Amino acid sequence: MLSPAILIPAILNGLLIGAIYALVALGLTLIYGVLHIINFAHGALLSAALFAAFFAFRLLGLDPYLAVFLLAPIFFALGYALQRFIIGPASHGDDRNMLLATLGIAVIIENALLYAFRADTRTIDVAYAFQTIDIGSTFLAVPRVVGFVGAFAVAIVLWLIMTFTDTGRAIRAVAKEKLGAELAGIDVAHVYALTFGLGTACVAIAACLLLPSYYVNPSVGDAFVLVAFTIVVLGGMGSVPGALIGALLIGVAESLSGLFLGESLGQIGIFLIFIVVLLVRPSGLFGARA
Amino acid sequence: MKALVPTVIVLTVLSAVPLLVHSNVTLNFLVVALMIALAGQGWNILGGYGGQYSFGHAAFFGTGAYVTAILQARYGINAWVGFAAGIAAGAALGAVLGAITFRSGLRGSYFALVTLAFAEVLRIIASVAVITGAGVGTLIKLDLGVRTLQFQSRAAYYWIILALVGVSLVTAQLIERSRFGVWLIAVRENEDAAKALGVDANNVKLTAMIMSAAITAAAGCFYAQYFLFVDSGIAFGTWISIQALLTPIIGGVGTVFGPLLGALVVKSLGEAAKLLAGDAPGLDLIIYGAVLVLVIWFAPRGLMGGLTRARKLVMRRTGQAASPTAEVRHG
Repeated sequence: MLSPAILIPAILNGLLIGAIYALVALGLTLIYGVLHIINFAHGALLSAALFAAFFAFRLLGLDPYLAVFLLAPIFFALGYALQRFIIGPASHGDDRNMLLATLGIAVIIENALLYAFRADTRTIDVAYAFQTIDIGSTFLAVPRVVGFVGAFAVAIVLWLIMTFTDTGRAIRAVAKEKLGAELAGIDVAHVYALTFGLGTACVAIAACLLLPSYYVNPSVGDAFVLVAFTIVVLGGMGSVPGALIGALLIGVAESLSGLFLGESLGQIGIFLIFIVVLLVRPSGLFGARA
Repeated sequence: MKALVPTVIVLTVLSAVPLLVHSNVTLNFLVVALMIALAGQGWNILGGYGGQYSFGHAAFFGTGAYVTAILQARYGINAWVGFAAGIAAGAALGAVLGAITFRSGLRGSYFALVTLAFAEVLRIIASVAVITGAGVGTLIKLDLGVRTLQFQSRAAYYWIILALVGVSLVTAQLIERSRFGVWLIAVRENEDAAKALGVDANNVKLTAMIMSAAITAAAGCFYAQYFLFVDSGIAFGTWISIQALLTPIIGGVGTVFGPLLGALVVKSLGEAAKLLAGDAPGLDLIIYGAVLVLVIWFAPRGLMGGLTRARKLVMRRTGQAASPTAEVRHG
C-alpha cells in the first residue's frame, strides 16, 4: 500500500489537480483580500464557465485551450457587471448583505443551469484527453500537465498586474485602506468591480483548463468551492502565495486520502483539514489577519 | 404578559383554519409553510437577533430529520421519543459547532463559510453512510396512530406544526423581552463594544446557536414525520438552508413574526412558479435567489420593516407620535 510506485504518482497527480484548485482559490482570495467578503457565487460561476466552455466546444468547435481567450474576457465583464450593478448596489455597503447577495446569485446561477440543462453530466472528447507523458516511473495525463502550466502562467500574470500596473496599485491601495484610497481619488466601486472581474476571469480560465479532463453538470462547482474555501483558509484569506501553496498541499492531501479512504471520503479529509486550520490558526499559514 | 397578546391572537386565528378549510391541497400548503416558518424562526434567533448569518442551517434540519427517522426505522424506537431525540441531537450539534466556531473567534464571512461547509459535509456523509441508508434514504414504515405520530388527516399535522411554531414565536417574544435578548442584540450591533461593557459575547452567541439549532431541528423532525422519508439531498440540501434564511429576511430579520410572514410569501411564490411553469427542477430556487437579492436591495428590513414604516406614516398623519418602543426594537 505504501510502496513508492503507488505513492509517487498519487503525489504528482495531487500536485497537478492542486494547480487547478489554485486558480479557483486565487480568484476567491483576491476578492476576499479587497472586498473582505467571501464570494459564495464562486462555485456557481465555475459551473457556468464549464458550461460555457462545453458549448463553445460543442457548438463552435472551439478547443477549450483556445476558448480561454474568449471566455476569460467575457467572464471578466460578467464579474465586473455583477459586482458593479447588482452586488454593490444591493448590499448598501453592509458586509452581511454582500454575503447574502453573492449567495443569492449563486443559487440563481446554479439552478438556472439545472433548469436549462437538467442534472445530466456531460463530457467532451478531445484527441489529447487520454494522452500521457512518461516521466520515468510515472505517467502523467497531458490535460493535467497543461492545466498545471496554465495555472502557474495565470498566477504570474496576475502577480505582474498587481505589482506593476496602476490598476494593480489601485487594487492594493483599496485592499489596504479603503477610505484613504478614496481620498486619493480612486473610484472604489470601480476597483471592487475590477477585482470581482479578475476573480471571475480566473474561474473561467480554470474551467477551460479543467474541461478536457473533467465533466460538466450544474453543481460541479460545489465540489471545487469547498476545496477552494479550504485552500483560502489554509493559505490565509487574501494571501496569493498562500493560496498557491495551500492549493498544492490540498491537492496532494486529497489525492492521498482518496487513495486510502476512497473517492467520496477524500472530501471529508479536506474538511477535517479545514476544521483543524480554523481551530488552530484561523488566520491561515500566511495570513496576517483573522 | 401583554407582549404575548399578538402571538396569542395570531395562533388562535391560525388554529381555526382547518375547521373552515377542508381542501387537502390548501392544508398541505399551509403545513409546509409553517414548517419553513419554524426552520426560519430558528435561523432568526441566531441570525436576526444575534447577527450571525448561517448559510448552512440544513445541518440542523437534516440532523433532526435523520435522527427521528433512523431511530424509528432502524431501532423501532417510539416516534415521540424519536422526535424529542431529533431536537436534542440538533441542539447538541449546534453546541458543538458553536463552541468550535465562536471559540476560534469566527465571525461574518468565516461563520457563514463554516456553517455552509458543515452542512455540505453532513450531506456527503449521509449520502454514503450505511446508517442513513446511503443513496436510498430512510423510509419510516406507515403505521397510523397517535403512538406512532402518524395521522390520516392533514389537520392533525397542521395543529402539531402550529403548536411548534407557537412555541417558537413565544420563545422569540421572550428573548426580545429578556436581558439575554438585549445582550444578543448588543452583540449583533457591535460585538467589541458589547464585550467592553461586560457581555460574555461567546456565551451569548453559543446559547443563541443552541436554541436556533433546536428549533430548526424540530422542523426537520416534523419533516420526517410528515413525509415519512428522508434522503441526503432533502435533509442537508441547499433548499432548506436557503429557505431558513430567506423567510426571516423577507419577513423582517430580528422580528417575532418575520419568519411566519416570510414563509407564507416564500411558499406562495414557489406555488405560483409551479402553476406558471410546471414542476421544473430548480425553478423555485431561482425565484428564491432572485427574491433574496431583491429584498436586501429594496427592502432591507423586510415586510415587517415596511409595516412599521407604514404605521408610523399613518400615525404622523393622524397627529400621534410614533411609539418609542418601535424605534428601539428596530434601531
